[in-house]
Amino acid sequence: MAGDKVYPSFKEAVADIPDGATVIMGGWGAPGDLPDNLTVALRDHGAKDLTIICVTSGTPQRMADAWGKKTEHITPSILAANKQVKKFILSISFPTTVFEKAMLAGEIEVEWSPQGTLAERIRAGGAGIGGFYTRTGAGTIVAEGKEKKIIDGKEYILELALKADYALIRAYKADKLGNLIYQGMQRGFNSVEAPAARVTIAEVDDIVEVGELSPEIVVTPHLYINRIVKIPKEGA
Amino acid sequence: MKERLDQTTIALRIAKEFKDGDVVNLGYGLPTLAGMFIPGDIQVFFHSENGILGFGPPLSEDEIDQWDMCLINASAQFVTKVPGMSVFNCSEAFGMIRGGHVDIAVLGGLQVSEKGDLANWIMPGKAGGMGGAMDLAASGSKVIIGMEHNTKDGGMRILKKCNYPLTAPKCVNLVCTDLAVIEVTKEGLLLKEVAPGWTAEEVQALTEPKLIFSKDLKEIEL
Repeated sequence: MAGDKVYPSFKEAVADIPDGATVIMGGWGAPGDLPDNLTVALRDHGAKDLTIICVTSGTPQRMADAWGKKTEHITPSILAANKQVKKFILSISFPTTVFEKAMLAGEIEVEWSPQGTLAERIRAGGAGIGGFYTRTGAGTIVAEGKEKKIIDGKEYILELALKADYALIRAYKADKLGNLIYQGMQRGFNSVEAPAARVTIAEVDDIVEVGELSPEIVVTPHLYINRIVKIPKEGA
Repeated sequence: MKERLDQTTIALRIAKEFKDGDVVNLGYGLPTLAGMFIPGDIQVFFHSENGILGFGPPLSEDEIDQWDMCLINASAQFVTKVPGMSVFNCSEAFGMIRGGHVDIAVLGGLQVSEKGDLANWIMPGKAGGMGGAMDLAASGSKVIIGMEHNTKDGGMRILKKCNYPLTAPKCVNLVCTDLAVIEVTKEGLLLKEVAPGWTAEEVQALTEPKLIFSKDLKEIEL
């Protein structure tokens, strides 16, 4: 029956991700808005030749160290370090990360996307739009090979939608149908990414009964969500 | 050696550009400092592309007990919730930028050309990423660049033509450096202010394109 979306473990939630899959790794890059547990589960699962769509591959060491005083910070760079990534589609990387070294060595293919363009490409993918024209990137190397169009006297470039096989996202609470609410900036990218994959898996602090989330506060309606996993409380 | 302005002083000068009610997006690094110097008699709303409008001051590492793991600005500083703040998704956050709803974008710079082209995201041979800089630069908001006037080895950063990959062409309105305040105009680069102790000719000697010296040229006031 509808509502069998709750998975008992992160491991089981990612178990069917095949080699070669395109996976959205959700969130923007705050310590509390990335799907840490699903990322670790995907690393342990070991699927290879992945195309990863994400905002940032990792975090500068200085920040990871500061944040580490309060929380372990896990980013898609652990997948790169484990040699599971064929290609990244992303907006930010930082020197000294494993990813940057692998990229400079030519081991990982990279498609840079301006962050707003990346957000809109993902939104378009989830909303059934093939692409859109934007001013962002016009007259730069981002425009190379892309269709150009003059609209109202200004140059725009065509950017194509992004869709994924899987999206791994982070939210605050889910009900058992998969309706989601977020804390702070968790909604930033996670809520844009939820609709853009064939299978979207959310890790959440809490799973509540249907009816406990007021309809007015639901940010991501359940039809976008296929699997939910509760993050174990520390010490539990 | 004459003294150049430090980063904090450049940020102070940039903050003078903010008007009451402005929505301002501050880029990574030096621009973020400008947020510390809002005059007490005006209200400025900070916009961050990760989906927040109207957030409060950043928290230091000593204030770790107040850190909210889900509330950082685009410079990855933990910030505070203040009355009137809102959160939204990043598609909307960038819609605000591209849609012209953000009044001022303050960005760092590697190079600026005399036409107002900006290069600030990557140096040749480095891996990097443009983050939100291209969206902000191309938005049509007033774009203010905060940067050092010259490279560490004395090379030019304000050039006839940028030789690093562009962030956006013809997008810069104002450049605030450790030596000068320069406005990009149709006629060319207008030198409006110089750092204390510096002459217009000395700034020109460290700037590749020909500067137009403002009739009202003055020392940078803070």
